[in-house]
Amino acid sequence: MDRVRTADRIARAVLTACAVLVALVIAAILLFVGSEGLRLFADVSPLEFFFSPVWNPPLGRFGALPFMVGSVAVTGIALLIAGPLGLAGAIFMAKIAPGWMRTVLRQASNLFVGIPSVVYGYLGMTLLVPWVRDHVGGQGFGVLVAGLVLAVMVMPTILGMSEDALQAVDPAIEEGSLALGATRWQTIWDVTLPAARPRLLAGIILAFARAFGETTAVQMVIGNSPVLVRSLTSGTSTLTSQIIMEMGQTPPGSPWNRALFMMAFGLLVVSLLMILLVRWVSNRGVAR
Amino acid sequence: MTRQQIADRVATAVLWAAGILILLILAGFLVPILTQGLPVIDWTFLTTRSSSFRAGGGVGAQLFNTLYITALSLLFSFPVGVGAGIYMAEYAKPGRMTDLIRLSVEALASVPSIVLGLFGMIIFVNYMGWGFTILGGALSLALLNLPVLVRNTEEAIRGVPQSYREGSLGLGATHWQTTYKVVLPSALPGILTGLTLVAGRALGETAVLIYTAGVTVARHFPNPDVMIAGETLAVRIWSVTSEGLVPDADRIAMGSSALLIVLVLLVNFVIALPLWRYRRRMR
Repeated sequence: MDRVRTADRIARAVLTACAVLVALVIAAILLFVGSEGLRLFADVSPLEFFFSPVWNPPLGRFGALPFMVGSVAVTGIALLIAGPLGLAGAIFMAKIAPGWMRTVLRQASNLFVGIPSVVYGYLGMTLLVPWVRDHVGGQGFGVLVAGLVLAVMVMPTILGMSEDALQAVDPAIEEGSLALGATRWQTIWDVTLPAARPRLLAGIILAFARAFGETTAVQMVIGNSPVLVRSLTSGTSTLTSQIIMEMGQTPPGSPWNRALFMMAFGLLVVSLLMILLVRWVSNRGVAR
Repeated sequence: MTRQQIADRVATAVLWAAGILILLILAGFLVPILTQGLPVIDWTFLTTRSSSFRAGGGVGAQLFNTLYITALSLLFSFPVGVGAGIYMAEYAKPGRMTDLIRLSVEALASVPSIVLGLFGMIIFVNYMGWGFTILGGALSLALLNLPVLVRNTEEAIRGVPQSYREGSLGLGATHWQTTYKVVLPSALPGILTGLTLVAGRALGETAVLIYTAGVTVARHFPNPDVMIAGETLAVRIWSVTSEGLVPDADRIAMGSSALLIVLVLLVNFVIALPLWRYRRRMR
């Protein structure tokens, strides 16, 4: 009997240690990436880093504005496309599609997730970039193709989370609406969607976070010129693509290196804010 | 037909169109990879070492590294992730400590992979002084797997009916005996589904690995040394298209892309099949 009790106590200790370890990892990431990045401001003023459009490290100019604008632009385009399409697909799956079609779409969604991001980037580069160059104009590389590629990548997130949200709505209130003579679409629009709104919003926010932090796929189609975005189809850069492009050429501890780490810290802070936002949105939904 | 009925018909048509469009987009991505990539894959492609300058190189070493790094990362993350998941579902009491751990897991899940790559670079490449290594890459990749494993395990365990636990505890079993002998076996399918999810992501990951495991391969392969740099298939696609000097970069990238997708499907299948049989036996 004693041995069993001891095993019980050891198991509890080991499992607690696992959980604490996971919590320590995120703390360590914040600490190391943050301290490396924030030391940039010993050499460069925050004003220049956040508001100057000039990025010229050899000349000591570290304006990260073009990359912030680039990141926001590609993420915005991605959500403008993936948001409506993913939501429509989710309504279709949850409320309209026959069983077999739902299964097909669910498998398709899993396949979308299974395609690695570098493959999305490569196909964007070999298929979408030439197509945009021929039919839309410009160099092809730029925020338009990056936004399109990201849209495809984050769509499964919106599709899956929105479908869950719609399925979770209490059928009784939908039946009430139908019984009062509303059409299926009126019921979806006036009853189901408002009831699912907090969780639908949470899905969009998570998709934003994913698109904002995506690196390889964006880097392959964005054109990688460190200048402010001028048009949909001319080369620019994002926070993530600039880090992956230049990290290899910078000596540790140099202002250039620290500027890239500061950009990574910015990405980290944005993604943490998104998590807090998701929590806030979901809690508000419960309270109402 | 009233206006409302017309609106209903139109909406139904539009939603069908959205569903079909999603399938077409997937086909638009999969068809080119498979039609152009699968023909590239043959025995030579799978077993030859890559060349930096000449055409005709294979991806043998990258294929080995992909499987090796993925397996190592799972080896590191699976015990800790599942352990933390069990803790959250079975042991954690509501309170500030539990909230903090849950928030940490969610936060870790949202960290962009490039940031994990840079963190791995600071710790393993610079601080430990290993340089680019397979071990450093696998450890960094483990951080990407962790939150998914924790959340998935927790959900799988919460799905086990309370009556199972009560039955076991009522017979005098301890908490751990109950968890180990009753709860875990019924939660196993869910836990392993999480494993396929994580393995699929790890196989295709690039941003974590470029600055931790590097973009070069061993002179000879298979080489089980974990302290050497090891480029994976996904990283190869990136390096060969963005800075490659080989004339047949497109052939290598297409072949590697198709190979990666086949690998992901294979992992799903290899784990899903025994799971399906296990589920039937449990019933």
